Amino acid sequence: MSYQYNIGCSLANLKGIRDFIRKTLQVHAVPDVELSAIVLALDEMCSNLMIHAHHCNPDHSLTLKIHTQENHIFVFEIMDDGEMFDINQFHSPELGNIVHEKRKGGLGIRLVKSIMDNIEYVHEGGKNVCRLTKKIGA
Amino acid sequence: MVHIKRLQEESCDILAVIGEIDASSSIELDLAIAKSVGDGYRRILVDCHALEYISSAGLGVFMSYIEEFKEKGIVMVLFGMSEKVAHTFSILGLSDLLNIVSNKEEAKQRIHELSV
Repeated sequence: MSYQYNIGCSLANLKGIRDFIRKTLQVHAVPDVELSAIVLALDEMCSNLMIHAHHCNPDHSLTLKIHTQENHIFVFEIMDDGEMFDINQFHSPELGNIVHEKRKGGLGIRLVKSIMDNIEYVHEGGKNVCRLTKKIGA
Repeated sequence: MVHIKRLQEESCDILAVIGEIDASSSIELDLAIAKSVGDGYRRILVDCHALEYISSAGLGVFMSYIEEFKEKGIVMVLFGMSEKVAHTFSILGLSDLLNIVSNKEEAKQRIHELSV
């Protein structure tokens, strides 16, 4: 099955994105701890995109799609037409450096890479598509 | 989306975080901690009982104060996290860098030990 959510690039919309993911995954009986981790990873991806590629412009939009498959693999696609922001190109900073430099950022990429099984970027139909994959349970 | 209540007990400033902390609301947490420091508190407790969600933006706020608190001799202890919120801290191994305990009594005990 596939589910879709369209939203403007305002950080105030992150809560709506999280609620959409929670409701969708609950329908598919995803265990609570895994569900929370996925919500977190997608929140990080969407907020990164809103901030870095769209400068929080609410007139810009992004689309989140969730595809469920029978083999317990969930595919999440975030589509937009901004500048591509490929987290695979960014090195996750060491925790020690974040503390030492009193930085507030840099943790999100580390979180997403820890939670998701695979992250890839493609360009399809004039849109950037970030595809994240996660196998859940058995 | 997040509301932070402050109250003082036994020379500790207690910040009760209510709601969700994400990229849009982490500034509230940052301001509350900065206000506590600005008011001269050296013992800060963060009550996470009603913290329903935290993203990296919120985690980053806590991380950004570690070095400053070390320099200034300020101690911060977090307590009362739900399993889900605690899991977010543990994914990144932040449980080792921050003082996190289960309840207020333990938090007060820890803060007194660390303040000595």
